[in-house]
Amino acid sequence: MKNYDIERHVRGESQFVDDISYPKGLLYAAVCYSDQAHGEIINIDISDVEQVKGIKLILTAKDIPGENQIGGIVPDEELLAEYKVEFIGQPIAIVVADDQLTAKKAARKIKVDIKDLPIITDARKAYEAGKLIVPPRTFNLGNVDDCWKKCDYIIQGTVESGGQEHLYLETQGAFAYPVEGRGIKIISSTQAPTAVQRVTARILNLAMHKIEVDVPRIGGGFGGKEDQATAWAVICALAAYKTKYPVKLILSRQEDMRATGKRHPYTSDFKIGLNKKKKIIGYEVTFYQNAGAAADLSPAILERTLFHCTNSYYIPNVKATAYSCKTNLPPNTAFRGFGGPQGMFVIESAMYKAAEKMGIDTSEIQNANLIKENDEFPYGQKAENCNALITWKRAEAKYSIKKTKDDIKKFNDKNDMYKKGIAFIPICFGISFTNTSMNQASALVHVYTDGSVSVSTAAVEMGQGVNEKIRQIATETLSINIDRIKTETTNTTRIANTSPTAASSAADLNGKATEQACNNILERLKKSAAEILNLKAVKNIEIKNEIVYHNGKRTKLSWNELVKQTNLKRVNLSSHSFYATPNIYFDREKEKGNPFAYHVYGTAIIEVTVDCLRGIYKFDSVKVVHDFGKSFNPIIDRGQAEGAIVQGLGWMTIEEVMHDENARLLTDSLSTYKVPDMHFTPEIEIEFLKNVENPMGIFKSKAIGEPPFMYGIGGYFAIMNALKAFRPNADFKISSPITPEKVLLNLHSKIDEPVTA
Amino acid sequence: MKAEINFICNNSEIEASVHPGLSLLDFLRKELRLTGTKEGCREGDCGACTILIGEYIGKDIIYHSVNSCLLPIGDVFGKHVVTIEGLNNNELNAVQKSFVEEGASQCGFCTPGFIVSLTGYFLSNKKFNVNHAIESMDGNVCRCTGHFSIIKAAQSSTKFLSKISSGKNHLNDLMKVGIIPEYFSSIKERLGELKQKTALTQTDSTIKFIIAGGTDLFVQKWEDILDGKVNLLSSNGISNLIKEENKKCIIGARASVTDLIESKIIRKYLPSLTEKLKLFGSLPIRNRATIGGNIINASPIADITSILLALNSTLYLKQKKTERTLPLKDLYKGYKKLDLKKDELIDRISFPLPAENSYFSFEKVSKRTYLDIASVNSSVYLEVDKNQITEIHLSAGGVAPIPLYLKYSSEFLLGKEISSENIHEAVNIALSEIAPISDVRGSKEYKALLLRQLIFAHFITLFPEKVNIKEIA
Repeated sequence: MKNYDIERHVRGESQFVDDISYPKGLLYAAVCYSDQAHGEIINIDISDVEQVKGIKLILTAKDIPGENQIGGIVPDEELLAEYKVEFIGQPIAIVVADDQLTAKKAARKIKVDIKDLPIITDARKAYEAGKLIVPPRTFNLGNVDDCWKKCDYIIQGTVESGGQEHLYLETQGAFAYPVEGRGIKIISSTQAPTAVQRVTARILNLAMHKIEVDVPRIGGGFGGKEDQATAWAVICALAAYKTKYPVKLILSRQEDMRATGKRHPYTSDFKIGLNKKKKIIGYEVTFYQNAGAAADLSPAILERTLFHCTNSYYIPNVKATAYSCKTNLPPNTAFRGFGGPQGMFVIESAMYKAAEKMGIDTSEIQNANLIKENDEFPYGQKAENCNALITWKRAEAKYSIKKTKDDIKKFNDKNDMYKKGIAFIPICFGISFTNTSMNQASALVHVYTDGSVSVSTAAVEMGQGVNEKIRQIATETLSINIDRIKTETTNTTRIANTSPTAASSAADLNGKATEQACNNILERLKKSAAEILNLKAVKNIEIKNEIVYHNGKRTKLSWNELVKQTNLKRVNLSSHSFYATPNIYFDREKEKGNPFAYHVYGTAIIEVTVDCLRGIYKFDSVKVVHDFGKSFNPIIDRGQAEGAIVQGLGWMTIEEVMHDENARLLTDSLSTYKVPDMHFTPEIEIEFLKNVENPMGIFKSKAIGEPPFMYGIGGYFAIMNALKAFRPNADFKISSPITPEKVLLNLHSKIDEPVTA
Repeated sequence: MKAEINFICNNSEIEASVHPGLSLLDFLRKELRLTGTKEGCREGDCGACTILIGEYIGKDIIYHSVNSCLLPIGDVFGKHVVTIEGLNNNELNAVQKSFVEEGASQCGFCTPGFIVSLTGYFLSNKKFNVNHAIESMDGNVCRCTGHFSIIKAAQSSTKFLSKISSGKNHLNDLMKVGIIPEYFSSIKERLGELKQKTALTQTDSTIKFIIAGGTDLFVQKWEDILDGKVNLLSSNGISNLIKEENKKCIIGARASVTDLIESKIIRKYLPSLTEKLKLFGSLPIRNRATIGGNIINASPIADITSILLALNSTLYLKQKKTERTLPLKDLYKGYKKLDLKKDELIDRISFPLPAENSYFSFEKVSKRTYLDIASVNSSVYLEVDKNQITEIHLSAGGVAPIPLYLKYSSEFLLGKEISSENIHEAVNIALSEIAPISDVRGSKEYKALLLRQLIFAHFITLFPEKVNIKEIA
């Protein structure tokens, strides 16, 4: 049950946008970007470039036939800056040329005269200056203001978490060509084909039906191609529309890193109160989200930070406020976890600091406050089929935690140069788009007369294995061989009005739609079989392993024969089916509701060894008990979990997004922005929690894409615990990523000086 | 500038009339439409473009992995270029199967690079070791899987292949199980038949770029390279670039870092370097990056330069027919400013062979331990007689505009005993010799602190009985 594409992947035969055979006359687009973070555009001078050999066309905002607007949630982002630039990397003009290098060189030669305006890169400074993307949001539970007097311990602090570059291996890109009737077909590396279609239609002032978007597969997304693949596809479409030639645009790695948004950095203040029994009585938190220069998906990400501000814990009194702050960085965007990790990092930090003050191990507080069945989340939903405590207990037992802790203590007592640290991290992640209306999907299933099956859905294959899961759903439902099932590219003419492949929900939503569509066809086939077999009742007919059975007895009618005859009888062998998640809603006035179909739970234990002489570290192991529901593809699910864990560890440790004082990205290449490699990867052990069928998930499984990312947070605290073993009395600041630089400064800055890292 | 270049790509003889500085990646993807080789970063940092190059070394064809994004096509003249397409049989081979079975590929973009790297390991080694097999993929990055499943795939394919290869007829053994297709057996003969049509090593005064390994130049200037004449200093067919002569080690400037690691002389006299040099780049980078290039690029953080400074190296500089020598530590005059005349090239480097009572240590710390540029590096060479230091050279990278020879701290330690006190004092002197700046590799405070720690690390590692962390840090 491996990934559908994998046999092509290992042969190098899978095609990505840049690999597709291009037609004769292909032109290349290149983008002229703003090299200033904030300013008024005084003049755009293209005179040096116009006459260059090979240049076909230069486009600026004035050349846009429709509305120069790409904003999704808030209309606040131009495709091409016209009067004002707000971040370095903002597109200003497009050059179209015969070849890629000519276009790129010309784009760099365009002179843009910009009058400087003040630059803000810090979320708190933006907040102080009143620069907010949307009005703030506050979630309340119980009464925080009255709860502090009941607390024996009250701890306050500040937490910083850094950005994260998606670093999908395939950079952003698209290929567009004119089609009959002044329409455009776009092949895009996007998680959101409908967004590309809608925005292209808006920019070109065309009806959506004139725009066809096709996505064969994408070379990694992680959220970075949910909203931010759109601009590049639209640029290609605009260039193709204007030149009437096919146009391709593939960003170089450096362009991609400079011009696209990342995971949002957050800076947050917390106040947490506990009683002597280690129960958390109250938690007040304020999040300042660094949104960058435009809304993009920030308001939705901000909301998810609030949804996950108490992670896997029940806290009776909560007040959580979140500000989306406008700065002069590229608009930050969706990234695996979608604001959840940032919210969870703050509550984990608060508990760490509380444990420090109470002189106990953080795991004692974590354990004492795990959420239980029917406990209320701050947004009003109650925990159902809650597996928080079960995964914790199972992890403690399976991984012999008492012994491990003893061994670590012995190791640390014996070693001066190396110290080991261990940390627990439970997770709880809500599944559904928090924007209720997006929880819809459809599938189109065709059975061809030779018995082969084609399935189209809204899901984009980006490595998460959704195509294979869709195939499994079709093969199980129709009871035919999996080799008969082919999943198609994601295409807006076959499946319309799609939600992006995001929120871990593509397999659930599109899988349910596929199951329904297959069942529709199956019912027709059974009826047809009854007629063919001269039986009166349909109800005792079933198809098993490609054979029609009646009353449990095998008949002579095979799948192939049934399909052929059903077609001759003029019965529809196709079905389009639609699915919308039931029973979810959220009232943004009251900030209460039932936004999630279900929650995913799990517990990880992370061990690290820190070289206290050199300030470097290596994760020894990540041991997990995870609630996959009833997984119907353990290889894919395990792979998703492992990848997410390592990406989460990267976010917490070596992945550091750095800017200079002019908001210029310093980490704009793979030689300056480091992601985990083979040597970084620890031993990973994952146990699938047993006997946990999920009534709300496809085939009783649970969504897997995002939740395990948050196990990475434990990596931060494992390192902190190792540092503490070396330097027990230091009061370390909480600031991720905890790079080797911060580790060394924490370990060796003078004791009487504040730790500067 | 165009040159006629012929080589074998997979199972086809290729004749191309192209600029010799064109990256092989572009040629493969755009001209040959071999799109299994991917562009992920164009700086040798992701491995999605990894290919194998087979060439005659002595009588045999030896294969090694390289980043095709950093490889000038002129350098593949007369060689066998193997892309992922050239490894495919009708059926999946054992390496491919192991990736499928472990689920070691998700989006698939990086996958061909991993398969090529791992296959390169099996091709170029006769005995297999799981850790080495995994290390052969140190230049490949996967963003989806977290690498754990890839490690498992490497383990299982190594296990499988360890059973089949006797080592005697290695190529045949691999062919029998389909790790490489049958056509590999004809390559040796076919390469011998290729004729060189253009001389690629030029001495023309209009030369704009002199390219040896290209691992730095192609990152920084690949676009400009296509605009001018290039002189390729490839080490084609040259073996034995590292020699022992008159108690000196002589290294040809074109020797690669891999040559250095595999050199018997280095293994004998500086055994710790074999392991430590794995911190330099990745395998495909080490296969191409040259010792001369590392020196001449003048990066303040160059690892090999740091090592050679501590080994008290001398450069032999050639200009047409004249030659002069220059101590390496005198080469650097300021940030990327060199005591080097126009048309002068490094021909070779020499350093005195380490004495019997000598010690050597190289330390490097970077944000990511492997395939990363150091925040700070440092090397020390010392000779000790009756607990007294009789010769010492300390160097430090990343703490000044140039690769720094720590003159005053070295002088201070000369004649001293190895003790925590003396090391402390030497560190204080070192800290007065440096001028670090804050940049993407770290703040200046960090770099100063890190240099202190790395100097401590030299002595704690070399003399654990005399210096320990409790006394020092």
